[in-house]
Amino acid sequence: MTATGIGAAVKRVEDFRFLTGRGNYTDDIDRPGQAYAWILRSPHAHAQIMKIDTAKAAAAPGVIAVFTGKDLQADGIGGLPCGWQVNNKDDSPMAEPAHPALATDKVRHVGDQVAVVIAESKDEARVAAELIAVDYTPLPAVLDMNAAIAGGALVHEDAPDNTCYDWHIGDAAAVDDAFKQAAHVAQIDIVNNRLVPNAIEPRAAIGDFDTATGEYTLYTTSQNPHVIRLLMGAFVLNIPEHKLRVIAPDVGGGFGSKIYHYAEEAIVTWAAGKLRRPVKWTAERSESFMTDCHGRDHATHAEMAMDKNGKFLALRVATKANMGAYLSTFAPCVPTYLYATLLAGVYTTPQIYCEVRAVFTNTVPVDAYRGAGRPEASYLLERLVDRAARETGLSQVEIRERNFIAADAFPYQTPVALEYDSGDYGATLDQALTAIAYDKFEARKKKSAKTGKRRGIGFSTYIEACGIAPSAVVGSLGARAGLFESAEVRVHPTGSVTVFTGSHSHGQGHETTFAQLISDTLGVPFEGIDIVHGDTGRIAYGMGTYGSRSLAVGGEAIMRATNRIVDKARKIAAHMLEASEEDIEFKDGTFTVSGTDKALSFGEVALSAYVPHNFPHETLEPGLNETAFYDPANFTYPGGCHICEVEIDPDTGEIEIADFVAVDDVGRVVNPMIVEGQVHGGVAQGIGQALLEGCVYDGTGQLLTGSYMDYTMPRADNLPAFKVSTNTTLCAHNSLGVKGCGEVGAIGSPPAVINAIVDALWDDGVRDISMPATPEKIWQAIQAGQRAAAAE
Amino acid sequence: MSYAVSMTVNGKSVSGDVEGRTLLVQFLREHLRMTGTHVGCDTSQCGACVVHVNGTSVKSCTMLAVQAEGADVTTIEGLANGDELHPMQAAFREHHGLQCGFCTPGMVMSAIDLVNENPDPTETEIREWLEGNLCRCTGYHNIVKSIEAGAKAMRGG
Amino acid sequence: MYDFNYHRVGSTDEAAEKLKAAEDATLVAGGMTLIPTLKQRLASPSDVVDLSGVSDLVGITVDGSSVTIGAMTTHGAVTGSSDVRGAIPALADLAGEIGDAQVRHRGTIGGSVANNDPAADYPAACIGLGATIVTTAREIAADDFFTGLFDTALDEGEIITAIRFPKPKRAAYMKFPNPASRYALVGVFVAETNDGVRVAVTGAGDDGVFRVAEMESALAKNFAPDAIADITVPDGGLNSDIHASAEYRAHLITVMAKRAVAAAG
Repeated sequence: MTATGIGAAVKRVEDFRFLTGRGNYTDDIDRPGQAYAWILRSPHAHAQIMKIDTAKAAAAPGVIAVFTGKDLQADGIGGLPCGWQVNNKDDSPMAEPAHPALATDKVRHVGDQVAVVIAESKDEARVAAELIAVDYTPLPAVLDMNAAIAGGALVHEDAPDNTCYDWHIGDAAAVDDAFKQAAHVAQIDIVNNRLVPNAIEPRAAIGDFDTATGEYTLYTTSQNPHVIRLLMGAFVLNIPEHKLRVIAPDVGGGFGSKIYHYAEEAIVTWAAGKLRRPVKWTAERSESFMTDCHGRDHATHAEMAMDKNGKFLALRVATKANMGAYLSTFAPCVPTYLYATLLAGVYTTPQIYCEVRAVFTNTVPVDAYRGAGRPEASYLLERLVDRAARETGLSQVEIRERNFIAADAFPYQTPVALEYDSGDYGATLDQALTAIAYDKFEARKKKSAKTGKRRGIGFSTYIEACGIAPSAVVGSLGARAGLFESAEVRVHPTGSVTVFTGSHSHGQGHETTFAQLISDTLGVPFEGIDIVHGDTGRIAYGMGTYGSRSLAVGGEAIMRATNRIVDKARKIAAHMLEASEEDIEFKDGTFTVSGTDKALSFGEVALSAYVPHNFPHETLEPGLNETAFYDPANFTYPGGCHICEVEIDPDTGEIEIADFVAVDDVGRVVNPMIVEGQVHGGVAQGIGQALLEGCVYDGTGQLLTGSYMDYTMPRADNLPAFKVSTNTTLCAHNSLGVKGCGEVGAIGSPPAVINAIVDALWDDGVRDISMPATPEKIWQAIQAGQRAAAAE
Repeated sequence: MSYAVSMTVNGKSVSGDVEGRTLLVQFLREHLRMTGTHVGCDTSQCGACVVHVNGTSVKSCTMLAVQAEGADVTTIEGLANGDELHPMQAAFREHHGLQCGFCTPGMVMSAIDLVNENPDPTETEIREWLEGNLCRCTGYHNIVKSIEAGAKAMRGG
Repeated sequence: MYDFNYHRVGSTDEAAEKLKAAEDATLVAGGMTLIPTLKQRLASPSDVVDLSGVSDLVGITVDGSSVTIGAMTTHGAVTGSSDVRGAIPALADLAGEIGDAQVRHRGTIGGSVANNDPAADYPAACIGLGATIVTTAREIAADDFFTGLFDTALDEGEIITAIRFPKPKRAAYMKFPNPASRYALVGVFVAETNDGVRVAVTGAGDDGVFRVAEMESALAKNFAPDAIADITVPDGGLNSDIHASAEYRAHLITVMAKRAVAAAG
């Protein structure tokens, strides 16, 4: 391993600019002559728009224009498209109601966009927006999923019973048969709480129009600028892609919420063309709460059938998933293909059946948030396995070990479509048990008891599928896009390298990790490598960053392009060294003729590529610039074991996370410092979900957790120092052996935390606690448990 | 109504005309085009906007520009000496105390103020001090490590 | 936010003049509540009168029987004051638990007391210690000052200049913060003063800070946690919201009161 190669904890390239205030985030950009947009949003969860009077607003100081949905309609502007089609049990397509960029006839959630004011300043736009008179007729709002499917108000007239789809996977009859054989059955009802992603950078967008070239440019806070260009250009604004450039500069966190194509992007781009002026929009945090797609929001009943030894026979799952008021870009796939396909977990459960009903409600649209479907699956399964252990009397370790897929069983085909390629779940569990000193847990529990505290330990042995995704597979499952990645490696005449990647970095450190791949492969100095991302004008194509795909798919594309560079350079070296290509060896940045001392540096070859004075041009082209598009053969399957230890004060219900261990198998680790950081962040979001975060609407559809005053973000003093390590098995189907690390923390941790709480309070009669497990919920559960015990 | 303000920002005298409602962070970002100081919320909680005013950390989103009349303001842009990072900045880089970088300017400014008040803070004191700084990327683990190391470096150790 | 006229004044007299002259003026002390309120457009004053230039409103004086804190003294200055810590450590501790470090650097005691947020910490100290609110017009006993949610006995144009806290024999403040805002979900200030025991509760009451007479008389007889272990404030007058039910708040009042008694020693 070299100091800057694969496996080295290289300090990040991007840090200098971020630490000195020189980052370039969307809101940091000002375009000459820029105007400012303010979006008027619905105060109602559900209402008919009778009339919109914009006259006063249009006459207000500084106002340039006021537009409503009718103006967009008049220009033939389409609605926001959905990128994934899921079919019903009978194979009919899901309900796919229109999602106008500005509401026309109805508003369907608080925050739905109604009109836009464009003015010389943001303050003027905002003041003028208050002068728009909207005549609403409020309609009954549907918020609860059970109420939504039970009849009553319809969010969309073309979605009967407020149902988007009623989908299933697995063999229901085989599962029913297995349950008949069961010696034990464990059951659980689970709510996976709705979360607000809360990247610290609020969304922003600037539309620009070049009157000379007719080219539009959109600067936006996006995780995937090419996808936005495709969706917005082709489906919304009808701008051909060669006339539309989308730039996602430095982006301050995404966690899924910046994958999707949002209305504001289309509005500012369209308005820029109409007004011939740049138009900037920046969300305030309160707008983020009511417009950034939320995450999770499942309600599930699940049952596990077991034989007398605690061996899993079958799993039956019924889930309701909240889509919110409209279908966001990826929403339909989250509770189906990213969820139900993971329900085998790390276990050999031979039969699984899962049905999922996706439901429209008058709430903010729900889409992928860090983990997307997989946290919901792992939470369900690991809570159920915890309960199965208690049902059978086995220890939490024993029940898992009896059901693990063995390390020599790969490739392993699950009953829910996926084929796992590698893993060693037993070894991972052992490593975690050692890290948390499991053998001394009882002593620690006794010590806590002496001070009146309750101590508990909770396990989660999870798997996830990432490296999204094989295009053929996702295409057959309803994806309307391929999920490959592109890379272009450009070697300059003096040997420095620019890499153009379709992946997008918004905190992941690609500028460092990807440069390590190049440094390792080409042996060029780390300082001579630049990674370019986030600009459709510079990068051939890209599917962006989500689903922990950047290294496994984007990195692999870079490796392929880099290997093509080596192949081409080898040809040039052979020519220069007057040797046959087969005799050229390339190592540590030097080409040699094997068995001789004839050698050329990579830089000399690069220079020659651009000064091809004596090239045989029929067989050897000048230049050293290669492109690759990589479509993975399979998902990758990171897994791991998270163990949480909690200490609870029964007087108040306060919880302290006494210890948290995460042992993750993310495949080969390119930069261990960055991998650890990714796990820390994911675990913090998982603990946030388990203990602190939850989105609450009142009965009329007002968002009660609409700011940091009411939505509890994890702070430094809520969290412990984490004990993080890896236990590696290599991915079997990419050359790097990498799996992905961006989401494992958020996927693995919530069940460990909740299982620990249930364990701590088991003797108080507590059998379940819902997320977020706030002090009051815990205190109330203890009271209820004690009351129940007293009544017996 | 317009008001003339002048103050010192990162050692340089600056002035401008602002409205009564102009926030200090708007003055920095929009008038001076110093965009290192960020805005992440509208309820004075996230701390992305933390700067130093007359030597102590404040949230520049919760102070009017006119209130900084005559003040000595330091922002994230004013810490490094050319390419030489302030010890706290260097510690954040060394210990991977940042990911997306958006909360980072406020986090670093807050951390330096902590060390000015408390040169050798414990892990608990660091975590408690960071109540007013939200980070969504790092889980704070490496931020705490960075501040411990930055404090040590600032002490000259 | 809406625009306004800004006035920086050098004295309370000047401030009072500006308040009187303007159509709808408001004072700003540290601005930690006012500025967020303006940003959310929940207020639209015509004029904002800034007291930060009134230097005689800043400072802490301690004599044999009391601690007097100027209205424009920041929470940071109070918690960092060795004089306050020496005289009334519970008050220094309380100031250190308000908001976050940056809020403590700007937020002032006068601003907090004048605002009377039902979840603010200082009202509990004022009531718990039997403080006197000193204004440009008069002195007001804390028991008479906090008249309701965000409401005080201050008259139009009357400005708080200082708060005078009598030194207690012993005192402590215990706060159970709202997990999101970190304001007090329940905060209990317990003090044994020269005039008897006082127990003041903030964060919980639907009409702001209040005293718990039953705890006060029990503690007067026996200043020990066990003396109040069975006393529960009826949850009828307590707040119930997404962060805590009235029942839980009632329970926390007893727990926090017991802990405060134990901490007061």
